[in-house]
Amino acid sequence: MPDISRDEVAHLADLARIDLSEAEIDHLAPQLAVILDSVASIREVAADHVPPTSHALPLTNVFREDVVRPGLTVEEALSGAPVEPEQQRFSVPRILGEEA
Amino acid sequence: MSDLTRLTAAEIGARLASGAVSSVEVTQAHLDRIGEVDGAVHAFLHVDAEGALAAARAADERRAAGSPASPLDGVPVAVKDVLATKGLPTTCGSRILEGWVPPYDATVVARLRAAGLPVLGKTNMDEFAMGSSTEHSAYGPTHNPWDLDRIPGGSGGGSAAAVAAFEAPLAVGTDTGGSIRQPGAVTGTVGVKPTYGGVSRYGLVALANSLDQAGPVTRTVLDAALLHEVIGGHDPADSTSVDAPVPSVVEAARRGADGDVAGLRVGVVRELTGEGYQAGVQQRFDEAVELLVEAGADVVEVSCPTFVHALATYYLILPAEASSNLAKFDAMRYGLRVLPDGVDAPSAEEVMRATRDKGFGDEVKRRIILGTYALSSGYFDAYYGKAQKVRTLIGRDFAAAFERADVLVSPTAPTTAFRLGEKLDDPVAMYLNDLATIPANLAGVPGISVPSGLADEDGLPAGVQVLAPALADDRVYRVGAALETMLTKAWGGPLLDRAPDLTRGDA
Repeated sequence: MPDISRDEVAHLADLARIDLSEAEIDHLAPQLAVILDSVASIREVAADHVPPTSHALPLTNVFREDVVRPGLTVEEALSGAPVEPEQQRFSVPRILGEEA
Repeated sequence: MSDLTRLTAAEIGARLASGAVSSVEVTQAHLDRIGEVDGAVHAFLHVDAEGALAAARAADERRAAGSPASPLDGVPVAVKDVLATKGLPTTCGSRILEGWVPPYDATVVARLRAAGLPVLGKTNMDEFAMGSSTEHSAYGPTHNPWDLDRIPGGSGGGSAAAVAAFEAPLAVGTDTGGSIRQPGAVTGTVGVKPTYGGVSRYGLVALANSLDQAGPVTRTVLDAALLHEVIGGHDPADSTSVDAPVPSVVEAARRGADGDVAGLRVGVVRELTGEGYQAGVQQRFDEAVELLVEAGADVVEVSCPTFVHALATYYLILPAEASSNLAKFDAMRYGLRVLPDGVDAPSAEEVMRATRDKGFGDEVKRRIILGTYALSSGYFDAYYGKAQKVRTLIGRDFAAAFERADVLVSPTAPTTAFRLGEKLDDPVAMYLNDLATIPANLAGVPGISVPSGLADEDGLPAGVQVLAPALADDRVYRVGAALETMLTKAWGGPLLDRAPDLTRGDA
């Protein structure tokens, strides 16, 4: 069982796009190690030939009639925007780096 | 008027039908009760008095015209804050969605409205349904009406406390690992997790797609069945929705209430009793099983050996799905947007990182990081891949058990309600509350929790869980109703009659 290090938690937080403070990493890292330890038994249970289950009741080829249905209006779709929309569009921070 | 809040939903429906009361009177009585006790209980995050009364007036008009929309037309309902409600705030108990008002209704909510049920408001929950106590709500915990210093269970503690405190006759919850059933057990109420796919997930903010299921939270089994028939059934907007008629759950609840369990094969799951279960919880469970024997049921012990790994399986599959689902909270289109401190012209990604740090609580961060870990290259096969295989074995254990028994029973939760704060910073201890409820979610089978009595050591409610094969939801209602009838007779009245009167300050 690979223990989960402080650096690893910082890396995972980075992957998950959460700006954890140093204090939060100190708080969460030992808890995550305990949780991982408690789920470790899972690795010994199932033999390789057991098929995985992703959904309890697998349904395949779920289709509906291809008919036009009413959707949200532009105003409704933009109604939750965190800052005022502009020209019927979401207003977002810059996406490219300064040097780009 | 306050006695209107003590009626069951079925009784309210009958009185509305006979014209003895109006929906406006019933709805106002519940709004008054909310005003009276919710300061102490905190079951609601948002109360919509105006909207509920408008819906009640419309229900009264339909009743007067002789064309009620459903048997529950005019009976008010509370909705867990994880279901999108058009025009009403939907926060999922999270800061990241503070103030968000969805532009559409979840299918469950649309069906409640179409059936004429006034929506009283939105109920408190652990943030994004992650928890077993509602303490992970960003808006403060809900308090157990039996003892305000204790947890009401979770994640749907708000819905359970609302019906236990007579603030609503009916509520809707969601159950991913026990979030309907475990709060039901610790508040002395009834909760049903339908078969996976039995109730639409459209508009339900996903925690773990393959596990989430909405269902009824009520004080009686018949009320749960009546609500189940309103919200259940196929929905083309949910690709995992089962395209089959809703099982005859109301009929099953009525049949069960006659005590008819003769010849029914009941399996006691060996792995879900004994060690780890509080003595008083176990004792009330054993007595409930004894009542089934006396009523003519054929009780056998069954073994589901893989169930001991269900908790570990769940805490790999759930974080993996949750970390993917919660990636959509990127601060761009809705919800919170936080600018990072001391950064001029921050990029979208920097804003996203700062927002997710401020907007998510500790438990959500723990599970996102755990899920990211379980899905990352190098660990995927060892964790997520293995968990999916164990999920198969758990399904096989159920299949084998249902060869020998028509239903399976266990205590719903291993303990009665613990004190607020007791397990807040001990995630593994918190996770153990869902020990007995998780296997049903992993296999997609239906389950009910009904009150089994009060534990001797603390006088707090415990629950008995009944599980049935997928699509046989009617069986959990039949057995649940039989247990309810026999136990209520033994107690000399409903268990909730013994809960403290919250208006006298003696809680």
